[in-house]
Amino acid sequence: MMDGGGYVVRFENVGLRYGLGPEVLQDISFSLTPGSFNFLLGPSGAGKSSLLKLMYLAMKPSRGLITLFGHDIAITGRRDLPALRRRIGVVFQDFRLLPHLSAFDNVALPLRVAGVKENEVRKHVEELLCWVGLKNHLDSRPPTMSGGQQQRVAIARAVIARPRLLLADEPTGNVDDHMALRLMHLFEELNKLGAAIVIATHNESLVERLGHRCIRLENGQLETETVTPSVSRLDSENAA
Amino acid sequence: MLTRRTDLQLERDALGRFLPWQIAFMVYLAALALAGAMVLNATMARWNKGISGVLTVQIAPLEENAQKEKKRIKAALEVLGSTPGVIHAESIGDDEIMALLEPWLGSLGVAGDLPLPHLIDVELEDGANLDMADLSRRLEAAAPGASIDDHRIWLKKLIRLMETVKGLAVLVVALVCLVTVGTVAFTTRTGLAIHQDAIEVLHHIGAQDSYIAKQFASRVLVLGLKGGGFGLAMAVASLLGVGSLASRMETGVLPAISLSALHWAALIALPLAVAMVAMLTARMTVTRSLNKMM
Repeated sequence: MMDGGGYVVRFENVGLRYGLGPEVLQDISFSLTPGSFNFLLGPSGAGKSSLLKLMYLAMKPSRGLITLFGHDIAITGRRDLPALRRRIGVVFQDFRLLPHLSAFDNVALPLRVAGVKENEVRKHVEELLCWVGLKNHLDSRPPTMSGGQQQRVAIARAVIARPRLLLADEPTGNVDDHMALRLMHLFEELNKLGAAIVIATHNESLVERLGHRCIRLENGQLETETVTPSVSRLDSENAA
Repeated sequence: MLTRRTDLQLERDALGRFLPWQIAFMVYLAALALAGAMVLNATMARWNKGISGVLTVQIAPLEENAQKEKKRIKAALEVLGSTPGVIHAESIGDDEIMALLEPWLGSLGVAGDLPLPHLIDVELEDGANLDMADLSRRLEAAAPGASIDDHRIWLKKLIRLMETVKGLAVLVVALVCLVTVGTVAFTTRTGLAIHQDAIEVLHHIGAQDSYIAKQFASRVLVLGLKGGGFGLAMAVASLLGVGSLASRMETGVLPAISLSALHWAALIALPLAVAMVAMLTARMTVTRSLNKMM
């Protein structure tokens, strides 16, 4: 493990451009500590998805330094990337479920990839799908499910292996408010176990309600980094 | 190295429809070529064993007097008997020569009037390296009109021809392997392109290249075994058919088309080998292609 200052993610003057185009991310510097809960805010085209892509190792930056779990990505060998990726859970905006696999098999993928025994896989996957309200859809295939159901499967897949970093791109865009809060609670539970959470969203009201650290992107630059006051915590809402 | 699980929907793509047939035809051709090479090899070994240790001395009929002819034959036999490397030399009787010629000349009465040469069958020691020019000179001196018919010269030419044909058969097998490698590499790359999205997802959740490569390799192995098995069955049917036709021939013009247990084992191993080559090719193709991804 290299020196990462105890951060889960650290960006230093990171820039990203696609091909020869202009930089979509410019001089991004921030860090995430274990157990932090962060919202990534900004208008469409601000670079939120690009920033997430850098964090889930889909791309390398054009310049700057990125360290994940203390590993400098620029010098981390390709062979070592899967091990890092297994510590990251990702909820894609378009879900990216495998359409020919059942909900169960989609959620089981991260465990199977990690070589978890099949009886353990079954136990954990069934439990989690039950928790997200898909107990009766274990064998359903994504094309036969609604957008909200698919989103929950995608979230279940992202959290099933208890990642140390969870990245979610608009994870509540297709579900009703009640389910949105329920899913946020799931993220908070994971957060309590020490995982760093980054949720990219347009839903400012949800951010205000939950009150966590915000990272705001504007035109590819980190404009502000503020901590929103916790107006009303999720737990108190649930209690209400 | 292999897995039964498939996170990728490989059974639905063109790989499954195209590859087994391709491998079946390749194995069919390779099995026929291999069987041909093995039959030639066995035939060559038989001929080599039967002919390489013998030679024939011909003595042209020069004298009207039978007694004088016998003296010439006796002189030739004495020369042969004193030659190192010769185990045994025996004159072939006229009746035996007539019997050999009967299928070609027909009536014995007519044949009896022909000036046939006298023949001496000579058996040589294993690996005997006779100076043929010297022996020929000594025989000519002892029995004018004597000449040596060394089967080994003829056999060497025939063996060279058969070695060439065998080499071509091996070349066919090698080409079949090469074509199989090319086809599998191409179809695997197509499969990678078709399943690119799913492969990206697997990568993002931490799948090693080997995890993805195993799925392709397992699929190609199964398809290779199916296709190879079918190709071998077709080849065996063809070989049995040709063997049956050849066995109906009355003369020994054709070499015996029969395969030993070892030969059959080699033929059965062929589809397994082709399937293994296909599997390894798929695995290497996937690994190399994925290596270009982050």
